[in-house]
Amino acid sequence: MSVARIPFGALIGLILTALFLIAAIFAPWLAPFGQSEIVGDVWAPMSGAHWLGTDNIGRDLLSRIIFGARTTIFIAVAATALSFTLGAVLGFTAAVVGGWFDMIMSRLVDLLMSIPTLIFGLVVLSVLPSTMLTLILVMGILDSTRVYRLSRAVAADINVMDFVEAARLRGEGTGWVIFREILPNALSPLVSELGLRFIYAVLFLSALSFLGLGVQPPEADWGGMVKENKDGIVFGIGAALIPAAMIAALAISVNLVADWVLNRTTDLKGGRGNG
Amino acid sequence: MAKTPVKPRGEGPLLEIRNLRIEATVYPPGEKPKDVVIVDDVSLKLERGKVLGLIGESGAGKSTIGLSPMGFGRGGVRITGGEILLNGRDIRKGGKSALRRLRGREVCYVAQSAAAAFNPAHKLMDQVVEASLQHRVFTRAEAEKRAVELFRKLSLPNPETIGERYPHQVSGGQLQRIMTAMALCSEPDLIVFDEPTTALDVTTQIDVLAAIKDAIRDTHVAALYITHDLAVVAQVSDEIMVLRHGKLVEWGDTQQIIKEPRKAYTNALVSVNQIEHQEHAPGTTPILSVKDITASYSNNAVKVLKSVSVDIFPGQTLAVVGESGSGKSTLARAITGLLPPESGTVTFENRTLAPRLSDRPRADLRELQMIYQMADVAMNPRQTVGTIIGRPLEFYFNIRGRERDRQVNDLLEKIEMGKGFADRYPAELSGGQKQRVCIARALAAKPKLIICDEVTSALDPLVAHGILQLLLELQAEEDVAYLFITHDLATVRSIADSIAVMHRGEVVRYGPKSTVLTPPFDDYTDLLLRSVPEMEIGWLEKAISGRKMVGAGN
Repeated sequence: MSVARIPFGALIGLILTALFLIAAIFAPWLAPFGQSEIVGDVWAPMSGAHWLGTDNIGRDLLSRIIFGARTTIFIAVAATALSFTLGAVLGFTAAVVGGWFDMIMSRLVDLLMSIPTLIFGLVVLSVLPSTMLTLILVMGILDSTRVYRLSRAVAADINVMDFVEAARLRGEGTGWVIFREILPNALSPLVSELGLRFIYAVLFLSALSFLGLGVQPPEADWGGMVKENKDGIVFGIGAALIPAAMIAALAISVNLVADWVLNRTTDLKGGRGNG
Repeated sequence: MAKTPVKPRGEGPLLEIRNLRIEATVYPPGEKPKDVVIVDDVSLKLERGKVLGLIGESGAGKSTIGLSPMGFGRGGVRITGGEILLNGRDIRKGGKSALRRLRGREVCYVAQSAAAAFNPAHKLMDQVVEASLQHRVFTRAEAEKRAVELFRKLSLPNPETIGERYPHQVSGGQLQRIMTAMALCSEPDLIVFDEPTTALDVTTQIDVLAAIKDAIRDTHVAALYITHDLAVVAQVSDEIMVLRHGKLVEWGDTQQIIKEPRKAYTNALVSVNQIEHQEHAPGTTPILSVKDITASYSNNAVKVLKSVSVDIFPGQTLAVVGESGSGKSTLARAITGLLPPESGTVTFENRTLAPRLSDRPRADLRELQMIYQMADVAMNPRQTVGTIIGRPLEFYFNIRGRERDRQVNDLLEKIEMGKGFADRYPAELSGGQKQRVCIARALAAKPKLIICDEVTSALDPLVAHGILQLLLELQAEEDVAYLFITHDLATVRSIADSIAVMHRGEVVRYGPKSTVLTPPFDDYTDLLLRSVPEMEIGWLEKAISGRKMVGAGN
């Protein structure tokens, strides 16, 4: 497939997402300064040396944005991957196996969902140490409840189709039914959910960091950076808006890509179908 | 009726279509969108009170033509040329408001699936009188009175109160008749019937057909009757128009079309389903023996199967016949183990099969394959034909790689499709090809018995004919036995060696084909046999008066 055939919106999304990913992966080489290095005045304006200015204690904002991308995106990707693997596998299994497994899983998920996610996260994180691993686990598991619900609903619809029955009659095991018969047909709603869930993970992490329970200073993270610089807004200093804008840009670009992937995966004719 | 409202009536024929051309835009991949012609240069004329049958396969453009007198194009379809004169006016020139005045007033429509066409949230009466009130033909009281009269004329039960029900509270056949009443209510000049009986059982179809015919006769309405079943259209129409690929094939009065067709294609349609099948005498040891099977869904409720016993002999076909709800598909589910029976045994090649599917060894599963009614949903839309057919080879015989591809191609040859199809997805196949692929998938397992669940009922007659012939050829080659579930007795005649007639979960008649189809009949078999439309004018009246019992009206 040629680049020219990618729709304009998806192209923008792809470019921006790629930029964010490059920034995240090559942060130590790209960033002009260290992330906790104090290099100038407090809230210095944008200049040749500091392209985006400095933050509340005089660290280079651009460097912190780049290092922040690394932390934020890594945690969000890991948490989303965890929530999707866990949620989709359990959801599909519950729909296919049914019976007591479905009952126990579904009620357990109901129980988890009945507690507001942010409050649950706050409680757990105030007890456990805020390391990256705990953050990923907490976010991933809390988010997997939503994915579970969606996967189970989608799989329940597919599970009653004749081709699944045909596979069962052939004697196929649960694994084949889940991964070869149901998963390919459930991909479209899952991919659209993936884009959304990734963004929710970024926002959730940012909210946790803003509240001081997420990524701990001096580690840079976009939500934490908004928090550190929020007082500047009163004095007309926009340092807090830059990490906020980054969160927004990432959210939009990832969803542009997800939309495009969704369009491609809904096609039933292997990409040869009608436009 | 209280008053006859004034409406524009012209001289001459009610409907005249001249050189109709209908196009639609398609979007092929990697190319610019292009226009395709769906209906090309079709002309027709319909006098008041006459019925014209439009007949052809799927994609012949018959529904598209049928909708044109309402100026309606379904899903992006555009009328691009020709004149449609209704009551002397060209409806293409009137604009949108003129079309709105015409629809539901001068032309009404009866859809194929009444269940999908009624709004489930409103009572039937409100929907039946809606058009009459909208066009101010009648007051509400008058319209309801007329509706009740029409309900009575269409022999619906409790005509006074049936309008108070919701669509889900009446049966499919009744709903179809209520829809006809809805179309007749505003006293239109023309009704378009779009396959009104195709989705119904034969025993129900005959009642609906008779009701529609009487209603047309009594109200002097003209009608376009669209169907793919020539025998059905022969009962109701004065003239028949045969269409193919959007072009006119032949147009003549009913007698001429069915008795002396002039074109080869019409001849093929008329003579379809006449496969001569020599019946085999039952062998000594059955390959599958079902003994006293009793089954029900959701513990101990209504018994769907009551002590059913049948035998199938190697290389032979047992046809299980009955209307919807007779338990014939449940029998298949009990045999395959999808629905473990409450009592009774299934013996296959002298070994008793485990009642549950999950308890059966792979060899048992392999030798007993199944083909479904809806080939569309019986194949995973995300797998290519090669994967679909190749999977049983991998699964049962552990054949992989190039050897698998070779065998897939052999199977594609066997079902008379080329090698090129292995890379296609089900969405890229036609209805008949899909069913062939399903047959190939079943054959790939090298089974001894294939259960065919209404495999031809979703197909056009000519395509179905081809599938039946293929099944018979494969039976001769592979010596496979069929359990053939169907409600179509014409299919049974052409394929079965023995027949089991099922009614309400019981086998009411069972034996070799010649015995089952020879009088004297029991009441239900008699009803079934009489309900199969025959290509003969006057068959409907004869069948209605001669039958010993009345269909359930489902």
